[in-house]
Parts: sequence; structure tokens; C-alpha cells
Amino acid sequence: MTDYAAIIPIVIVVLSAVAAMLAEAIRLPGERMPIYGFGLIGLVGAAVASLFLWNTDAHSFFVIRSDNFALFINLVLCVIGILTMMFSNDVVEREHIPAGEYYALTLFAISGMMMMAAATDLLVIFIALEILSLAVYVLTGIRRESPAGSEGAFKYFLLGAFSSAFFLYGIAFAFAVSNGSTRIEDIGRALSAQATGAPPMLALLAVGLLAVGFAFKISAVPFHMWTPDAYEGAPTIVTAFMSTGVKAAAFAAFVRVFLSALEPLQVHWIPILAVVAAATMILGTVVGVVQSNIKRMLAYSSIAHAGYMLLGIVSANSAGKAAILFYLLSYAVTNIGALGIVALLGTAKHQHDELRDFSGLWRTRPGLAGLMTIFLLSLGGIPPTAGFIGKWYIFTAAVQEGHYALAIIGVLTSVISVFFYLRIVVMMYMTEGADVVRPRISRMAMTGLGLATVATFYLGVLPTRVLDVALDSISTIF
Amino acid sequence: MVPLNYYLVLSGVLFAIGTAGVFLRRNLITVLLSIEIMLNAVNLTFVAVGRYLGTVDGQIITFFVMTVAAAEAAVGLALVISLFRHRETLNPDAFTALKW
Repeated sequence: MTDYAAIIPIVIVVLSAVAAMLAEAIRLPGERMPIYGFGLIGLVGAAVASLFLWNTDAHSFFVIRSDNFALFINLVLCVIGILTMMFSNDVVEREHIPAGEYYALTLFAISGMMMMAAATDLLVIFIALEILSLAVYVLTGIRRESPAGSEGAFKYFLLGAFSSAFFLYGIAFAFAVSNGSTRIEDIGRALSAQATGAPPMLALLAVGLLAVGFAFKISAVPFHMWTPDAYEGAPTIVTAFMSTGVKAAAFAAFVRVFLSALEPLQVHWIPILAVVAAATMILGTVVGVVQSNIKRMLAYSSIAHAGYMLLGIVSANSAGKAAILFYLLSYAVTNIGALGIVALLGTAKHQHDELRDFSGLWRTRPGLAGLMTIFLLSLGGIPPTAGFIGKWYIFTAAVQEGHYALAIIGVLTSVISVFFYLRIVVMMYMTEGADVVRPRISRMAMTGLGLATVATFYLGVLPTRVLDVALDSISTIF
Repeated sequence: MVPLNYYLVLSGVLFAIGTAGVFLRRNLITVLLSIEIMLNAVNLTFVAVGRYLGTVDGQIITFFVMTVAAAEAAVGLALVISLFRHRETLNPDAFTALKW
């Protein structure tokens, strides 16, 4: 009965994390070791395993299910992980981040994210959430000598632990509603059996508390307060990783729980999430406009992007669900590219994350300035890039379900957001050079940036293939 | 037997106390303790519901929650120590390197 197939990608990533830890343990003091190689091997292995599992719908231990939905998220996470590893080698050495710990924690976080996307039991989702969160808390504060790093990490930890208590309380009520089960399908069955008449108080409490828990992780308003601080305090490469990876995993579980188990209560949660989505889009954009620190600006931009993706959940049709998957992929490659460039330009003494640090980048590093422009335009949703198509699909799904107001807010906020992305572009091309030392960038990191650029254009010009895969993977679970 | 509702109300009150503590307390260690109170309120709910339904699942889940809470406390206290090394205080209002 028990089938180990579904957990193979997760196990491969865990093994590579263990290998990274062992490598650190046997490393001689001062010896330089390419530990990121273990990560690359593990992540490529996990991606290949995910491709082999495609369409098999394997179950493990009744609680991990590798349906195409989970595998699609697995592939997104592998892309995120591989790009992070390619950028990390330069950054880790230059900023004196402890290498073994850094790579091991990143890989453990990815294993938790994969588990979260594949779990079909609320308790397993919770444990996966904690595996990834604990790793990311530590990664945020990994530069212990930096006051901002420790502070950002602690704020992230405090609000994260606080929100997981809410999430867990929601699980407890769901456990009561479904007569003693935390399986998603049992909860769905219990709820649809009682669908006639008013739902019990406990069911509504469960929905509300679970929504709070997820909203914290995807940084939706009003639970977004930790995002700018954690993103600014963390080393930039960690910001790139967590702004994309954590979001992908949290949205995967959010979609799975809310659009399958809690679907019978849709009429109760859709209006609330619609308000949250609108507030998230507006706040993320408006506050982003006034930021002068690029990491903080991209943190607010990531809040706004969470709002767009929430729109897909609110639409709750298959177009919306597929659009979320597409958006997660396009956001992952562009955001990791943009933050990757910020990370690659930083040094131990100077983070290179203020807006003015980018002035005159065009004169000294024309290639990087060009790539940064592409990523920023994609984040702003300008064709022919991935960001445009992602937004297009999301707004189409919202309009199909009659959420005209939300779609209009979405379009308006994306127009405003173009302003603050273009501010960086203007800074790079039209102002005199800043007096900063810009480090050399290795060939590997440039390859990573090149891959992210290719993906951005591929998703922007030929999106149908990926969207078909997304639609296909959505159809397996709902 | 005490009815289930009493337990649910008690856990609700405990959870509210924990939530209030997170917002009102001016010491990071006490804030961490408040989060532990919230988690234990959840544990109480699991055990009470499990007992009411006559299964052991609720009690087993509690062990998972306790394990996670211990791991969380370990990371949390480590972060408190690294914060304390920078500022020599545990008052959350003193941490202003980043805009709130």
C-alpha cells in the first residue's frame, strides 16, 4: 500500500542538504569548497524526478500526493533553487556568509516548500510550513554581525510564529468540524454534507483562522508588516530566495485548501478575500512608490504581486487557478533575476541596495543595466515579458467571474507600479555614475541571469504551452 | 463529564490571553511565552475534541505541536540572543534599525 514514489523529489533535496552539511563539517579551515554543487545536483535531480512522476498521481502515506499541481510547483521551486544556487557562490564568499549553513538551510527550506505543495493533510501542511519557516528565519538573520539582519529576522520570526498559532487553531477547529480528521478530503466531505442551511460556527472559525495563517505567509494586507523589514534586513540573495519560494509554497497550499476542502463555504470567504486582495494591491503599490531602498521597494512590490495572485483565488474558476500557477512561475524568474542583480552588485561593506547606488550603472555595467531593465519591466507588466501575460490571465479570470472592480483596481495599481520600477531604470541610464565599487560577477552567475532573461521572454512571447500545462495540472486536483 | 463547550471556551480565553500578551508585553521573552500560551490553547482544543470524539488522534497531534513549538522556541531564543548582543536590551521599542 505504502508508496514512496511521491516523496522522491523531497527526499532528493533533503539528501543534498545533508550532503551540504557534511561537506561543511569535513571542510578544512580556510578551504574553499563549491558546496553549491550539491544543491545544483539535488535540485536538478528533484526536477527530473518530478518530470518522471508527471501524470502518475502517486500517493505516499495517504498525506503526500504528487499530483500534477504539486509537481508543477516542484518545478517552479527547482527553478527558484537553481537560480539561487547559481547566484549564491559569488555572494556567499564576498559577504562572508557561513557557506555550509547557508546552503543546507536553503535546501531544507526548499524541501519544506515541496512538502507543503504536495501535502493533503492540514497537519502535514503545518509541519511543512514550519520546516520552511524555521529555515528561512535563520537565513534572514544569518549575518549575525548586522543589527538590521537580526532585527529583521526577529520580527519575521515573531509574526511568523504568531501566525502559525492562528493557523494551528484553524486546524483544530477543522479537526472538530470533520469529526476527528485533518485530511483535506475528509474536511471537504464533512463541509459539503452540512452545506444546506447555515454552516456551523466552528467551520467559519476554521476558515477565518486558516485564512489568517495563509495571509501572513503570502504577506497580504493587513498581515504584511513583517515583509519590508525581513526583506530589507536579510542578505539580498536570501531576499530573492524567500520572496519567490515562500510565496510559491504558501500559494500552493492556499489554493489546495481553499479551493478544494473549503469550497463548500465559498460564499462566506470570497467577499472577505476580495477585500483583502484589493487592499493588498493598493497598499503594496502606493507605499512602494515612496521607498528609496530597492529591497524595501521590491518588498512592497511583492506585496502587490501577492494581491494580484489573490485575485486568482477569489475568481475561483479554472482560468484563475491556472493563472496563479503561471503567475508564480513568471514572478519567480523575474523577481529572482532583479534581486539577484542587486545581490551580485553588493559587497560585504556596501549592500548596494539604495536607489542612488544604481545611478550610472549603464556606463559601467551596460549588460547588467539591460538585464535589470528587462526584469523591472516584466515586474511592471509591460509586454512582451512574462509579467504582462501573467497579469493578463489573472485579470481575465477575474472579469470572467464578474469581479470588475477588482480587475480595474488591479490594472490601475499595475500602471502606478510601473512608475517606481521605471525610477530605477531612469536612475541607471540618465544620471551620473555613483561613486561605488562594483564587484566582478562570475560566469556562472551571468549564466543564471541569462537563463532568467530567456525564461522571462519565453513566458512572455510563447505562453500557451506553459499555460496548457498549468491548466492540465489544475484539472488533476479539483 | 465536563461538556466540550467548556473546554472550547477555556481554550478560546487562553488563546486571547496569549494574543493580548504578544501585543502588550514590553519584553521579548514574555512575548515568546505568550506565543507558547497560544500554542497550548490549541493543544487543549485538540485534546478536548479528541476526547469528545473518543479517538486518540487529537492527543497524537498534540505531540506534533509540542515538537514544533520546541523547535520554534530554540530558533526564537537564538534570535533573541543575537538581538541582545547588538542592543543590550529586550524592549521591543528599542529595535529601530528598520522602520517598523
